[in-house]
Amino acid sequence: MKLGMKKIFALVAAFVPAVALAAGGNVHLDEHRTDLHDTASLQRGAQTFANYCMGCHSMEHARYNRVAKDLEIPEELMMENLVFADKKFGDRMTIAMDQVDSKRWFGATPPDLTLVARVRRPDWLYTYLRSFYEDDSRPWGVNNVVFKDVGMPHVLAELQGNQVLGTALVEEGFDTLTGQPIMVEKEHVLYIEEEGTLSADEYDKLVYDLVNFMVYMAEPIAVERERLGWWVLLFLAILFVPVYFLNKEFWRDIK
Amino acid sequence: MSQNTNKIMAWIDDRLPVTQTYEKHMSKYYAPKNFNFWYFFGVLSMLMLVNQILTGIWLTMQFTPSAEAAFASVEYIMRDVEWGWLIRYMHSTGATFFFIAVYLHMMRAILYGSYQKPRELIWIFGMLIYLALMAEAFMGYVLPWGQMSYWGAQVIISLFSVMPYGDLLTEWIRGDFLISGATLNRFFALHVVAVPLVIVALVVMHLLALHEVGSNNPDGVDIKKHKDENGKPLDGIPFHPYYTVHDLVGIVVFLMVFCTVLFFFPEGNGFMLEYANFEPANGLKTPEHIAPVWYFGAFYAILRAVPDKLLGVIAMGAAIAVLFVLPWLDRSPVRSWRYKGIVSRIYIVIFGFNFALLTWLGTQPATELLTLIAQIASVIYFGYFAFLPLAPKFEKTKPVPERVTGGH
Repeated sequence: MKLGMKKIFALVAAFVPAVALAAGGNVHLDEHRTDLHDTASLQRGAQTFANYCMGCHSMEHARYNRVAKDLEIPEELMMENLVFADKKFGDRMTIAMDQVDSKRWFGATPPDLTLVARVRRPDWLYTYLRSFYEDDSRPWGVNNVVFKDVGMPHVLAELQGNQVLGTALVEEGFDTLTGQPIMVEKEHVLYIEEEGTLSADEYDKLVYDLVNFMVYMAEPIAVERERLGWWVLLFLAILFVPVYFLNKEFWRDIK
Repeated sequence: MSQNTNKIMAWIDDRLPVTQTYEKHMSKYYAPKNFNFWYFFGVLSMLMLVNQILTGIWLTMQFTPSAEAAFASVEYIMRDVEWGWLIRYMHSTGATFFFIAVYLHMMRAILYGSYQKPRELIWIFGMLIYLALMAEAFMGYVLPWGQMSYWGAQVIISLFSVMPYGDLLTEWIRGDFLISGATLNRFFALHVVAVPLVIVALVVMHLLALHEVGSNNPDGVDIKKHKDENGKPLDGIPFHPYYTVHDLVGIVVFLMVFCTVLFFFPEGNGFMLEYANFEPANGLKTPEHIAPVWYFGAFYAILRAVPDKLLGVIAMGAAIAVLFVLPWLDRSPVRSWRYKGIVSRIYIVIFGFNFALLTWLGTQPATELLTLIAQIASVIYFGYFAFLPLAPKFEKTKPVPERVTGGH
């Protein structure tokens, strides 16, 4: 690749967190600051999931009506936008794709994703979905930095654009005298060669919301669990007082 | 009213020794008055046993013990069953806290020589409970039928293959040539019926043996040597009400820790509910890193520390077996570590922390460095049992007081 071209994308590269490949193959994962209280984010994530993921991936342990209730989505809206044709409101979120077919198409059956956030963890998902890059040697023309030779195509490519793994100028701190960013040429970084319909920031946000939703789906009770936990601890703290003094009263005579 | 109650009680007592039993084990069971923090963990183990049995009963109402449906039925409990998530987390968190309580309870016995004469049988029954508990926990972990359930079972059961007729034996345990639905079904039967019955029976024996000889205490002195004119030990107090109200304080504090983990960290950072176990069992896909749940870590670390499989299994078995003979290895004339020599005192502390280190090592991938550390820690572990019979030969003990010290 010519250096001139690199410079053009340097600005873009500066916005994209560089995913560096360490020698051992261990990839640095970007942090996903999960916020299950951000209902709007969860709703957007649900929408993205229904539009881009549910063609191939089920969430078979979950039910539509539970998602609608927890994410405060009205039944009508849910049925219109997120529930596929023949499904009822209380149905499980299964898909119609035949498992034998999908195995033939992708080399592996796309896994059910209900619990994927508990298996892979949010940071991994957040990084994975932003780490597809062009690789002509692969059947779908893409590879992934955190999941090498993955069978999944980059379904969000139209949004993210064409990402490439290669050498680019990356911003590395600021010059303390001039205040200008210091640009360093680095190998093995991801950068956008051709922009998609979303900017880098918008794409990160979309993936953030999607992962947020997947974390919710993996354990829908999480928010309620913590809310209840505070009350239980408060109860025990109050119970401690009479129990403590009861013990003290009884033991007063024991020397 | 009270006269009527007395009459009813008398009627019952003539036919069933209710009052006598209550007095023997509660209101007239004299326990030393100087119990400390370490003495909470017996009753806390009991609390966790009750928790496991009760939540277990409710879990069986919705759980489906088959290879096809087990995983989904656990998620059904977590999502669709009212309060199912709480019952399930109480059970999974309860397993961890059961082991925490049991390990600290055992450490207490080691610190204060509670296994020494005349309490050898109490210790033996305790060890049998511990053994049954390990079997119970292992089989329970297989039931959700996740990747770690499957591959953990694969690893543990394959250990039996080093024995004579190993292939036949493992096949007999699995009920199949591989871990399969047959294995899951029999583990379910053993986990919910057979082993709990054994554990409860052993707990009864453990307590009967304890109440026969009386409780030890942090000084390791015999409180029955000094009695008042009525035959009550001078340093003893009735278990009820003194220790019942005392234990209540410990129970509330313990529950606060228990509930903090249950409600805020139910996965225990992957040590209690392993991340890979949220993926259904797949016999064709071996996980990158197969780790046991934390409470088996120490013995797993000893197993891996030995480069040879057969010798590793023997070392692991020996690590558990040697605990059974602990009462006969400790030749010290004193019970409590308070009055043992300085080397004994230091080693006992090292032994405790060393076991914690082994536990952690067992959950980590076996890198070269960690394997070396595990080998050293294994030597320290076994070294303690070799050291015990030798200690009195070169070490002077301190004089043990006639009466208990400290306390209230």
